[in-house]
Amino acid sequence: MSSHELKSGPLEYRTEQGQMNILGFWIFLGAEIVLFATLFATYAVLFGRTADAPLPGELFEPGIVLIMTFMLLTSSFTCGIAIHEMRRGSVKGLTTWLIITLLLGLGFLGFEIYEFIHYAHEGATLQSSAFWSSFFVLAGTHGLHVTLGIGWAILLLLQLAKRGLTPVTSRKVFIISLYWHFLDVVWIFIFTSVYLIGMVV
Amino acid sequence: MQLDEFFVTGEPLIYAGMVSIALVTAATIFILTYFKKWGWLWREWLTTVDHKKIGIMYLLSALAMLFRGGVDALMMRTQLAFPDMNFLNSQHYNEIFTTHGTVMIIFMAMPFLIGLMNVIVPLQIGARDVAFPYLNALSFWSFLFGAMLFNISFVIGGSPDAGWTSYTPLAGAAMSPGPGQNFYLLGLQLSGIGTLATGVNFMVTIIKMRAPGMKMFRMPIFTWSTLVTSFIIVFAFPILTVALALMTIDRIFGSQFFTLTGEGLPMMWANLFWMWGHPEVYIVILPAFGIFSEIIATFARKQLFGYKAMVWSMILIAGLSFLVWVHHFFTMGAGAFVNSVFSISTMLIAVPTGVKIFNWLATLYKSKIQFTVANLWALAFIPSFVIGGVTGVMLGMAAADYQFHNSYFLVAHFHYVLIAGTVFACFAGLVYWYPKMFGHKLNEKIGKLSFWFFLIGFHVCFFPQYFVGLDGMPRRVFTIIPEWMPLNVISTVGAFGMGIGFVIFVYNIYYSFRYSEREQTGDSWDGRTLEWATPTPVPFYNFATVPHIEDHDAFLDMKKKGKTTFEEDKLEPIHMPSNTGHPFIMMGIMFIASFGLVFEWLWMAIAGLIGVLIMMGIRSFDYDDGFHVEVDEIKRTERSARGL
Ligand code: HEM
Ligand SMILES: [Cu+2]
Repeated sequence: MSSHELKSGPLEYRTEQGQMNILGFWIFLGAEIVLFATLFATYAVLFGRTADAPLPGELFEPGIVLIMTFMLLTSSFTCGIAIHEMRRGSVKGLTTWLIITLLLGLGFLGFEIYEFIHYAHEGATLQSSAFWSSFFVLAGTHGLHVTLGIGWAILLLLQLAKRGLTPVTSRKVFIISLYWHFLDVVWIFIFTSVYLIGMVV
Repeated sequence: MQLDEFFVTGEPLIYAGMVSIALVTAATIFILTYFKKWGWLWREWLTTVDHKKIGIMYLLSALAMLFRGGVDALMMRTQLAFPDMNFLNSQHYNEIFTTHGTVMIIFMAMPFLIGLMNVIVPLQIGARDVAFPYLNALSFWSFLFGAMLFNISFVIGGSPDAGWTSYTPLAGAAMSPGPGQNFYLLGLQLSGIGTLATGVNFMVTIIKMRAPGMKMFRMPIFTWSTLVTSFIIVFAFPILTVALALMTIDRIFGSQFFTLTGEGLPMMWANLFWMWGHPEVYIVILPAFGIFSEIIATFARKQLFGYKAMVWSMILIAGLSFLVWVHHFFTMGAGAFVNSVFSISTMLIAVPTGVKIFNWLATLYKSKIQFTVANLWALAFIPSFVIGGVTGVMLGMAAADYQFHNSYFLVAHFHYVLIAGTVFACFAGLVYWYPKMFGHKLNEKIGKLSFWFFLIGFHVCFFPQYFVGLDGMPRRVFTIIPEWMPLNVISTVGAFGMGIGFVIFVYNIYYSFRYSEREQTGDSWDGRTLEWATPTPVPFYNFATVPHIEDHDAFLDMKKKGKTTFEEDKLEPIHMPSNTGHPFIMMGIMFIASFGLVFEWLWMAIAGLIGVLIMMGIRSFDYDDGFHVEVDEIKRTERSARGL
């Protein structure tokens, strides 16, 4: 509960509370890894259990998934630039790059929703089979995380506009950047172990 | 939906339950209004972020849940005492063993231990609160609302009846329609959020907030057990979250994870459940080990023997606890190889556990043991738990388990570890730390009476169950055959003995509140660790000055050197967090959302979830930075507390 503030080092690490929040968030990400690992394991176990529904190889399309991957990976990069701008002390740079990041995230979501609707039209829904249940829940959980991240980032943008860079706002932005990179990492696993493998099998 | 579908009808016992709920609620409202206590309740408790008060609320709720689970248990034992009893019908029996198991593990054992952790851990490490006090309040309210959601099922909508393990396909929508099973899923989900947050909170607290000089290997052993437990929580609870979510989606939105149609895999549930479930049993036993270690060291008046071995064995147990889950279903048919692997990993756990047993014995060896009530519980734990552990190893032999599985032998085993381990530890810890929390000890005489009733009742109740299990009595049956009667009668008698022990325990709380001598010094038992360095009642900021730690058994060292936690010349203003009603409100809305989902009223669930999101937004814009306690006020508080 100390309110002493360091005079140097990254802004977000200067208070003890800031350090604790960041550590706490890392631990939370550890829990998130377990959460996604469980979903991946479920997916792997139920792989091939498509019942009467179409096979993944018949539905997955390389084009659209590549665009989504490209968007999310780029957004992780722009998010990195945003933090870089924050470290330089530029609120304007930070907000600009953060907004670009969010637009890329929104684009990703748009494609994902389109994709889900498309599959549903082809007869693959949450209810069709164990395999498709696990697919939609795995990809959907990731998509839900992206959605929440976007909502959260918008709140932070408002706070940045109001308060500028303080130890508190910079800590919040730093934490959401960790979250965003994490979602990117999860997507890489979804891309390879769900889409790439799904397309060849 | 008709009103008579909403409320459970047709059972006199349940009508009695409804009446007593209505009476208790009315009485509470009346008392609060009559004595004008609503403001007090809100300011002092519902909005508090003080770890000590949150801990006390956890303990109170856990005691209430122990009562509820205990009543369930006595009803089951009554039904099983004689063949052809007509006390409970099969459906009601199913519901009761389900709620008994769930309430005891999720809403009694864990909250009891988390309550003790909340009160004690910050004090033991010289911190002024936990790392995230707001989150801590959130954890508590999520647990309490989750517990309430689960508990109202017996008067509204109907209780779950598929066992606390809730195996599919039985628990799926096809075979268990209606809200009952949803209560299980959402009650656990809601309180699970809080447990996960507690894990994160205590990890950060213990890693970051220790007093200067308190290295990891100088931490009190209960704090160590809390840290290790928090690790298990953080890595095990997300598995439960996913498992519950998948079954909820199966039941409410028609997916096919655990169904018999659409190529679903019912055994997937058993795997997911126990991948969380086995670590869970260590979540409730490791803190118990920590409590016993503290108590034994205090009352043997010796440093804990083999401190480092104790810590490493806990870490080893925590690691192994993730690698044994298949021993809960050796009979699934995974094959000899898989079963052998899990059989060996299961038996391996007995090694570090044995190390701990020998260390406790070595601590006691040649010491001047003080037979206080707290220590009696700890001493009784050692042999009783060994019986539970040894029979656990028997169960762990895959081939033999084909005989023992799902019999009363198993029931006896897990009660020997859960009661002699966890419940004894809860009682021991409560008695031991009671003066720190409430400023007076529990009466020792009455405490001993309650101890002996409970201990003897426990063995009389559960020891025969090993044998009736070997005689072939399966678990989860609502009626017995005449051959099993004698042992069952004995068992039921023992169960009521435990019930008497519990009643005496609760009476002791009342008696001691009235008649016990008030604490003067804060160091009730001539303690060794930092929590005893604070005055009693503990000031809300805990430590006026945080001592520099130079040894383990930090307080013993301070007493030798004449140091205190009140060094007047070193006082500085103390920063503390403000109270807030958010956590209570947020989790209240979450309760409404979950209730909607239980009845599959999606509009209500969605409205509730939007409400929760709004609360989170409000929290994000909340820049309240707490307040400072000024030096003058600290001086005044400490002087009066220490009688200077
Ligand atoms: C030496 C240590 C232990 C060993 C070797 C062990 C072994 C086992 C095995 C093999 C089973 C499954 C038996 C069957 O279903 O046929 C089991 C069940 C169980 N154990 Fe343990 N155990 C140990 C310690 C503990 C502890 C410390 C706890 C809790 C504090 C615990 C709680 C339980 C519970 C609740 C069940 C029953 C679950 C159910 O099926 O409803 N065990 N144990
Ligand atoms: Cu187990």
